[in-house]
Amino acid sequence: MAEVTLTKVTKKFGDFVAVNDIDLKVGDATFTVLVGPSGCGKTTTLRMIAGLEETTQGEIRIEERVVNRVPPKDRDIAMVFQNYALYPHMDVYNNMAFGLKLRKIPKVEIRRRVHEAAALLGIEDKLKSKPRALSGGQRQRVAVGRAIVRDPKVFLFDEPLSNLDAKLRVQMRTELEQLHHKLRTTTIYVTHDQVEAMTLGDKIAVMKDGVIHQYASPQETYDHPKNQFVGGFIGSPAMNFFNARVGTEDGRVVLIGKGFRLVLPQGKGQDLPSEVEVIVGIRPEDLEGPAPEGENTVEMRVRVTEPLGNELLVYADCSGERVVANLDPHRRVEVDSTIRLKVNIDTLHLFDRESDQTIL
Amino acid sequence: MKKVSKPERGTYPLSGLFRERDLLLRVRGILLPYGFLAPSLIIVLLFFFIPLVMVFILSFTNLDMTNFGILEWWRPTNWSLDNYVKIFTNRFFPKILGNTAMYTALTLAFFNMGMALVIALITTHINRRAGFAFRALWLLPRLTPVVVYIMMWKALAGPAPMGVINKYFLGPLGIGSGEYLLHMSPWVFIILVNGFIGASFGIIIFSAAIEAIPKDYLIASKVDGATTWQTIRHVTIPMIKWPLLFVTTYQTLSLLTSFEYIMLLTDGGPGLYQTEVWALTAYHRALSSYFGNIQWGYGAAWSVVLVIIGIVMAVVYLRVFKFGELVEEPKIDRL
Repeated sequence: MAEVTLTKVTKKFGDFVAVNDIDLKVGDATFTVLVGPSGCGKTTTLRMIAGLEETTQGEIRIEERVVNRVPPKDRDIAMVFQNYALYPHMDVYNNMAFGLKLRKIPKVEIRRRVHEAAALLGIEDKLKSKPRALSGGQRQRVAVGRAIVRDPKVFLFDEPLSNLDAKLRVQMRTELEQLHHKLRTTTIYVTHDQVEAMTLGDKIAVMKDGVIHQYASPQETYDHPKNQFVGGFIGSPAMNFFNARVGTEDGRVVLIGKGFRLVLPQGKGQDLPSEVEVIVGIRPEDLEGPAPEGENTVEMRVRVTEPLGNELLVYADCSGERVVANLDPHRRVEVDSTIRLKVNIDTLHLFDRESDQTIL
Repeated sequence: MKKVSKPERGTYPLSGLFRERDLLLRVRGILLPYGFLAPSLIIVLLFFFIPLVMVFILSFTNLDMTNFGILEWWRPTNWSLDNYVKIFTNRFFPKILGNTAMYTALTLAFFNMGMALVIALITTHINRRAGFAFRALWLLPRLTPVVVYIMMWKALAGPAPMGVINKYFLGPLGIGSGEYLLHMSPWVFIILVNGFIGASFGIIIFSAAIEAIPKDYLIASKVDGATTWQTIRHVTIPMIKWPLLFVTTYQTLSLLTSFEYIMLLTDGGPGLYQTEVWALTAYHRALSSYFGNIQWGYGAAWSVVLVIIGIVMAVVYLRVFKFGELVEEPKIDRL
């Protein structure tokens, strides 16, 4: 059980800044997810915590100890890799026992721990198999097993589910979650998949270009994204963005864009400077309809529909802007027809066009 | 472009003609690969297989320079096992066998495998470019003409002040300076001379195999708590088992049959049969005795025994190391 603290950590590869001056405090026993598009520095950050990359600047602490100069083997961490990295010449038992053997732990104790972990993960009958005889999901369990037998202070996961097929990924995701509830070990998990981030994380750190853009709980990140990037990255399908200009009408703030006009509720957005150019962010699930003509409705032409059973995704064209809406699947929407959707004005997001920061 | 579709059978009166052409094409398809193989097959047959059979037959005859042209060696009536009896009752037979075993085992253990593995490991754990340069350096002896290379060693081993080893290494240590080192300890030089060349083969194969190991295994082992040495022992070496066994087998066989360096360095001397190995004996008996005593038949028998030893060794390696199992395993295990 341990806290991990990164203070002003920077990593440069030559002139390229992979991680730029980040601060991150991972609480004891929490599950923290680093999420972002590829090349955002999330894996580099994880590797620095593991001790596989040196930091260019800054300080990394595990508990109270500064570990910058501590080799990986002495950091008391365990890591799970995307391609599992199970030693092909060892059977499952030895793969899991390897780290313990190196630490000269008594044989009886090793046996006990490996069998315990194998039971927890449901791979007891596979202990004698070689990795190549296992399925992807089983290999991933072994890789997790190899981490938990060590009983480390921190678990580090580097995109562990990316090589699994969609169905297995969902299953393993819930298993990892259950495991975390049982073990309560501090966990840092890297993924590019925002669904994994949302479902697994107690807190998620959204990264881009080597910078953490937001570090908050999943719900907070979803409800109140700090900037346009976070708004667009978290949530699936992604948030719709429109350019608009701020105006006033009868004491209420209105947003005027190409082909739409949104009136904010009384009292909301009063401190917005008039005539300023903004970006309006509307989540697909905040569009409802088809709706009759009225306030805060937008007309658009349907291009593609994706009925998923539990939801209906409509890709439409609103004065040249592409819009995605997540509608009630029982409503009928015809391709190439024109529909009118109502915007849920209470959950609207506004971003500054210059700085991308959230302003409402 | 117009789409051309194959006419169906029996669609029109000339369909029989099409069928015949189909057959022709099929026969050509079967024969063509053999046509491509033929040139190399003929060369192998002419220059390897036929001589092999001839050597085998010769080994049962007493063909030599005195009866050349008279003895009808191809007639079974002229065949006997005399040569083989002669080999195994030769009083130098144990000496030659021992020399061959020692030469092969020591060169293999210390240089072709031992040093090759150590250098491959070192050069793959240091800066990539430096490692590459160092390995390239090790190829120089192999690229040097054999005679030049041996002359260099002979000069090195000479007495002071000409011999570098005597003058600069042994002399200052007070161990000696006047002797011709090659005569004092010929085996040391034979093994060094062969080893420095032989090692480069293993170095290339091993370092390529080590570099082909996915980095994730090494990282995983690091995180698991292994030191560099433990990673090498528990991860790297087990993962290059196949090249290790391949080089062992290949080098054993090539050391068994190699004699040219020994011939140029000591020619089996300096003492009587002191450094004579099996392949060198075969050469001496068959091709290098004094005029009038060149014994092709007897020499051929020595070679045949060596070939049999080689085959037995190869089979033993295949069995002991379970090559079959290793080959079934995919060499790059994409996990």
